[in-house]
Amino acid sequence: MKAADPNAPLLEATSVTIKFGGLTAVSDFNLIVRPHELIGLIGPNGAGKTTIFNMLTGVYRPTEGEIRIAGVPTVSFKPYQITALGVARTFQNIRLFKDLTVLNNVKIGGHIHYKYSGATAVLHTNHFHEAEAIAEEEAMKLLRIFDLDSRARTSARNLPYGDQRRLEIARALSARPKLLLLDEPAAGLNTGETLALMKKIHEIRDRFGLAVLLIEHNMELVMGICERILVLNYGRTIAQGPPQQIQQDPVVIEAYLGEPAGSEA
Amino acid sequence: MRKWWLKDIVLLIVGLAVLVGANYILQVLPIQGMAYYFRVIILIGISITLAVSLNIINGHAGQFSLGHAGFMAIGAYLSAFVTYFYASPYLEKLPEGLNRLVLQNVFFLGAVLFGGLCAAIAGYLVGLPSLRLRGDYLAIVTLGFGEIIRVIFLNVEKLGGARGLSGVPAWSNFIWVYFFAWMTVLVSMRLIKSSIGRAFLAVREDEIAAEAMGVDTTRYKVQAFVIGSFFAGVAGGLYGHYLAYLNPAMFTFMKSFEVITMVVLGGLGSISGSIVAAIILTFLPEGLRMAKEFLHMNSDPRMVIYSILLIVLMLTRPQGLFGRRELWEILARRKDTVPKETRDQDKGKMNRTSGPSISE
Amino acid sequence: MQTFLQNLLNGIASGSIYALIALGYTMVYGILKLINFAHGDVFMLGSFMGYYGARMYASVTHQPGAPAPSWAMAGIILVFAMLVCGTFGYLNERIAYRPLRSAPRIASLITAIGVSFFLEFGGQFVFGPDPKFFPTLIEKHRLNFFGIVTTSYQVIVLVVALIFMVMLQYIIYGTKFGRAMRAVSFNFETASLMGIPTDRIISTTFIIGSVLAAVAGILFGLAYPKIDPLMGIMPGLKAFVAAVLGGIGNVPGAMVGGLLIGVVEAFVAGSSFSTYRDAIAFVILILILLFRPSGLFGKAQAEKV
Repeated sequence: MKAADPNAPLLEATSVTIKFGGLTAVSDFNLIVRPHELIGLIGPNGAGKTTIFNMLTGVYRPTEGEIRIAGVPTVSFKPYQITALGVARTFQNIRLFKDLTVLNNVKIGGHIHYKYSGATAVLHTNHFHEAEAIAEEEAMKLLRIFDLDSRARTSARNLPYGDQRRLEIARALSARPKLLLLDEPAAGLNTGETLALMKKIHEIRDRFGLAVLLIEHNMELVMGICERILVLNYGRTIAQGPPQQIQQDPVVIEAYLGEPAGSEA
Repeated sequence: MRKWWLKDIVLLIVGLAVLVGANYILQVLPIQGMAYYFRVIILIGISITLAVSLNIINGHAGQFSLGHAGFMAIGAYLSAFVTYFYASPYLEKLPEGLNRLVLQNVFFLGAVLFGGLCAAIAGYLVGLPSLRLRGDYLAIVTLGFGEIIRVIFLNVEKLGGARGLSGVPAWSNFIWVYFFAWMTVLVSMRLIKSSIGRAFLAVREDEIAAEAMGVDTTRYKVQAFVIGSFFAGVAGGLYGHYLAYLNPAMFTFMKSFEVITMVVLGGLGSISGSIVAAIILTFLPEGLRMAKEFLHMNSDPRMVIYSILLIVLMLTRPQGLFGRRELWEILARRKDTVPKETRDQDKGKMNRTSGPSISE
Repeated sequence: MQTFLQNLLNGIASGSIYALIALGYTMVYGILKLINFAHGDVFMLGSFMGYYGARMYASVTHQPGAPAPSWAMAGIILVFAMLVCGTFGYLNERIAYRPLRSAPRIASLITAIGVSFFLEFGGQFVFGPDPKFFPTLIEKHRLNFFGIVTTSYQVIVLVVALIFMVMLQYIIYGTKFGRAMRAVSFNFETASLMGIPTDRIISTTFIIGSVLAAVAGILFGLAYPKIDPLMGIMPGLKAFVAAVLGGIGNVPGAMVGGLLIGVVEAFVAGSSFSTYRDAIAFVILILILLFRPSGLFGKAQAEKV
């Protein structure tokens, strides 16, 4: 590790492009994320938002371009290696470990921090008991933040939808990321839940000193909490800037079929 | 520092004492035809080792393997190779006595562990490249691998080839068989309650999410294969040294099917389910044998009934006997049913989460 | 050169039998994503129906002992075996697989294994465990093409297998049923929403697969006249390998895969590694899957994240 420059970028994506067969899903995407930033990524369906997440987290490999996380080039990294560099994510269509308990979901989120060798696990050494105690404690702490601690022993599949969304965020936080990627965290939530979630995202950002990159369809949410917004259309970044500027950008308004940017996308 | 190993040492001593005691009692019990039941009991112990070890691969890590018989064959043949060609001839030169008996068991333990180790190495070699495949493709590759192993042993003349290897020293016994069954269960239970077990489960539930959570899925899949194959190899060693005979025909994919049937019947992922199913499915053909003798039938309907039972069981309970839960979890749940109170609590929670104000 | 052609011919003959069985595997997998392990045993059932069909034919026509070979008898017996196996295939799906369609896939897989055991051990129970000699349905001639020795049987196997494969190809790509079947295999839910009677399509698929297995069973009996209740295991497995090799769910792929395995096996059997004959299919399988996991003609499918 280099000497800590507190403002060194966490993530640098430089002219990232990906093609599926003949289709260019994302072209020339550039983004720098610095610590503690809260950035929104918006755009119509099929604009390539989730594809960008998948490239940043190593699920897809970009056709061209460079991605650096904490200064390390990660284009050839596997997803779990990227998580180890301090990037955690949630999924658009919730991907919890449905048959496992809420608690175990969060513990798996912190896998990189609690793991130990097979011999430790089988022999129940002191190290095993220590690691498990820490895992339990930290997981419960996260669950309390999301008001899920009373459901710790139930299977994730039995949680109501809104709780599942929040559990996914708790699970991602358990990896102790420096950058959190949220893929439509408010999808399917009602207005009240969305409002509460906005607060929550702000709160965890401050509490854990995170940077957050957020994909969202819900304009209110994005405009309300993001400090900087990127607008994507057909795989291209068509606008970039603070919320007020984006709201007035004619190109953005046009991309959203001429509707005023404040309404539902 | 806490002396963490003390508890395990005590556990080990007590366990061994129980095994020795049980062995003694079973042998002196005045039951007619006890020798026959004793044989069934030993075969059940081997089945438990096989089922619980396959459950690690199929039930916990969710990797569909149909090649367990292949790993079993490796353990059986390679441990027999050690005892048949080296340990047994060496011991024959020694005078009878306690010394020789102790040495025999030390050699046997070594040979069985060696067989397990070889099977584990094979599990690693198979696992590494083929775990990129998913679901049915993995199943069919492991099945193919098991068959390849069998054909290879069919062609190794030194180990008896197609005629089989008779004269494998009959060193396996109740104590060894149940010691290893116990070890398999213990390791499996401790693993599943550890970070490794959680990683297995994560891989089973959702590989993409597991990777995103920092779980090196390939590594854990291979690990599950290695651990599972190790115990399959051990079971093979115990089996060969119990029957005192080996033949490649004992390790066809029918054997793999038998084991996978136990795991699925017990409930994929349930250790106690695997144990119970191993007992039932090993005992069933033997129990049916008694029924057959009772009915004075000429041809043998046992396996026909066995297969019909299997189909009926799957049709009526496709999730297996215990589902994904353990026996004790089911029993515990039965006990603390206080329906009204919990229902009310749940209602309260529902209101809280779906209400509009879920701040702090 | 001569032995090369000889091996090739033997391989194509046994390969076309594999191909016929593989078709049943691949069609069922294409639609239900189920490895129907009992399919190899349906093939065995077909062979035994040929054996018992010939005995019944002999007793009906008052011929003592073995019936005289004739084309008419061969035809009748073939149809008989196809009827029995087709009925079995229908019942099998109806009773054992349909109730499990919404259960975890492994449950239906275990049931398939159970049905397979049922046929194998039931066969041993009913037919007896000892091998039987398949009757001579058609007179055997030795043929000699430019020094390659063959029998009329190998030619018959090849021609009959080819006829049925062409028929299947027509059914799948030329009829309304075939279109429905392809739709169901492409997307089960959507197909049923579009008003395709999925249950009937699945039943019919099982019947067609089983009928083809019966044909394979009769052809096998002709060419290799020793039959026993466990004879379906190995050809069944290899046929499944053939289906995977060609890209499972892909009908022409299953044919090519079957022929390929038959030919490679024939060459191995003719070489000094003949004892490894039973392993070679699996070696090919593993190599193919490692380098081209979707099989020769299959399409790779990426998982959506």
